[in-house]
Amino acid sequence: MENIQLQVSGLIKRFGTETVLNGIDLSVRKGEVVVVLGPSGCGKSTLLRCMNGLEPKSAGTILLDGEEVTSDSKKIAQLRQKIGMVFQSYDLFPHKNIMDNITLAPVKVQKRSKKEVEQDAERLLKRVGLWEKRKAYPRELSGGQKQRVAIIRALCMNPEVMLFDEVTAALDPEMVREVLDVILELAESGMTMVIVTHEMQFARAIADRIIFLDNGKIVENSPPELFFTNPQTQRAKDFLQTFAYEKRRTAIN
Amino acid sequence: MFNDLFSKETLSEAWRIIEAEFPTAIWETVYVTVLATAFSILIGLPLGVLLVVGEKNGILPLPSWLLHTLNVVINLLRSVPFLILMILVFPLTRLIVGTVVGTTASIVPLVIAAFPFVARLTESSLREVSPNTVEMAQSMGASPIQIIVKVMIPESVPSLISNATIAITTILGYSAMSGIIGGGGLGKIAINYGYYRYKYLIMIAAVILLIILVQIFQSVGTRLAAKADKRIKKKSI
Repeated sequence: MENIQLQVSGLIKRFGTETVLNGIDLSVRKGEVVVVLGPSGCGKSTLLRCMNGLEPKSAGTILLDGEEVTSDSKKIAQLRQKIGMVFQSYDLFPHKNIMDNITLAPVKVQKRSKKEVEQDAERLLKRVGLWEKRKAYPRELSGGQKQRVAIIRALCMNPEVMLFDEVTAALDPEMVREVLDVILELAESGMTMVIVTHEMQFARAIADRIIFLDNGKIVENSPPELFFTNPQTQRAKDFLQTFAYEKRRTAIN
Repeated sequence: MFNDLFSKETLSEAWRIIEAEFPTAIWETVYVTVLATAFSILIGLPLGVLLVVGEKNGILPLPSWLLHTLNVVINLLRSVPFLILMILVFPLTRLIVGTVVGTTASIVPLVIAAFPFVARLTESSLREVSPNTVEMAQSMGASPIQIIVKVMIPESVPSLISNATIAITTILGYSAMSGIIGGGGLGKIAINYGYYRYKYLIMIAAVILLIILVQIFQSVGTRLAAKADKRIKKKSI
């Protein structure tokens, strides 16, 4: 395959005696959107965390643009700048205002000029409608707004790959939309992304490919339409079934 | 006794002493307290940072023997009563200041007593920073030093300020105790006049002034800490 940006091969991750990831092989092409699904505890988040070296892996290789992601070398700091990550808990810096939250890493870590970064931030904040909030502190923002800022903060590092770890899991339903719209727009602009989510509709809409993980293994790796309409394994069928509700009661007439 | 205490002669004598001695004594107390606090923070703050980042799962793990030694030394110094510590560090005081009596000399034992305390306070402040926030900074490629200087310390400023206030009021209390070994300030006045010469009025006046100083330090500290805290809602700014 051409243009492979992220290559995971034989990835194994153990916590003590428990094997969380058991031989993951996955390649993500440039501009591709891969959505990782699976029951909780199947290793989805761990997979993402291994991809940017937050979790040291037990075995296997992860290559970003042909460079190995290791957790111990000094090169990891360089590599991490190419991988933007957004977490479920936003993790904005509570004592910095929105603008400072966004500019901190590009200015201090990447040593870019503050002016240039602020221009990027302005453009992005305006696009998601949060420019008026640039002087506000995180506590003054709603969850959805915080998460959009967190996405912009990651984007201002000019990453090549974005990793989203259940970014809407802590949000009220009406705020989920505003965050997912930002991610959808990002996908249209050609960003390479790996997304862990529980929003099935969203997964179906955004994914180029669905990865279904169970017990630390990739059980299915298929296009979204195939996965959602005709899953190949019983395990995936059962999983999808948990999202469907049947009418149990007959109406009282 | 109370008749004597408030008789015209004692009152006017007390006032004479207060006028003559107190301005210098207040100055000495403030001077000793501020300097001792500054040095304690200078030594204690980096040690407190090391206690947090140097852990096995910290962002800059230290060899475990080093961290262990650091912990033992801090606990050891914190468990020696201040009165004993003052005498124990005489050789060090002589080495640094050249004498063991006097106002400046009392700074040395104060720093030795207070920096382990400051280290522990710093440790607890930094532990309040959410591990997720630190991980976020790591995921953006920040180096351990950048995380300490740009994330951990700025994010714990309100807590650091309130802990610095605790430190300065504690050191103020210790500085009064150093009056016993010849340190200057309000403590010396209270002991020399009040305890040794039974001039209770002077002692009471000195204690009231110490209370006022603590109040001032505490309210300034509380206000600064609240101002630095961006997580809480402010009624008016």
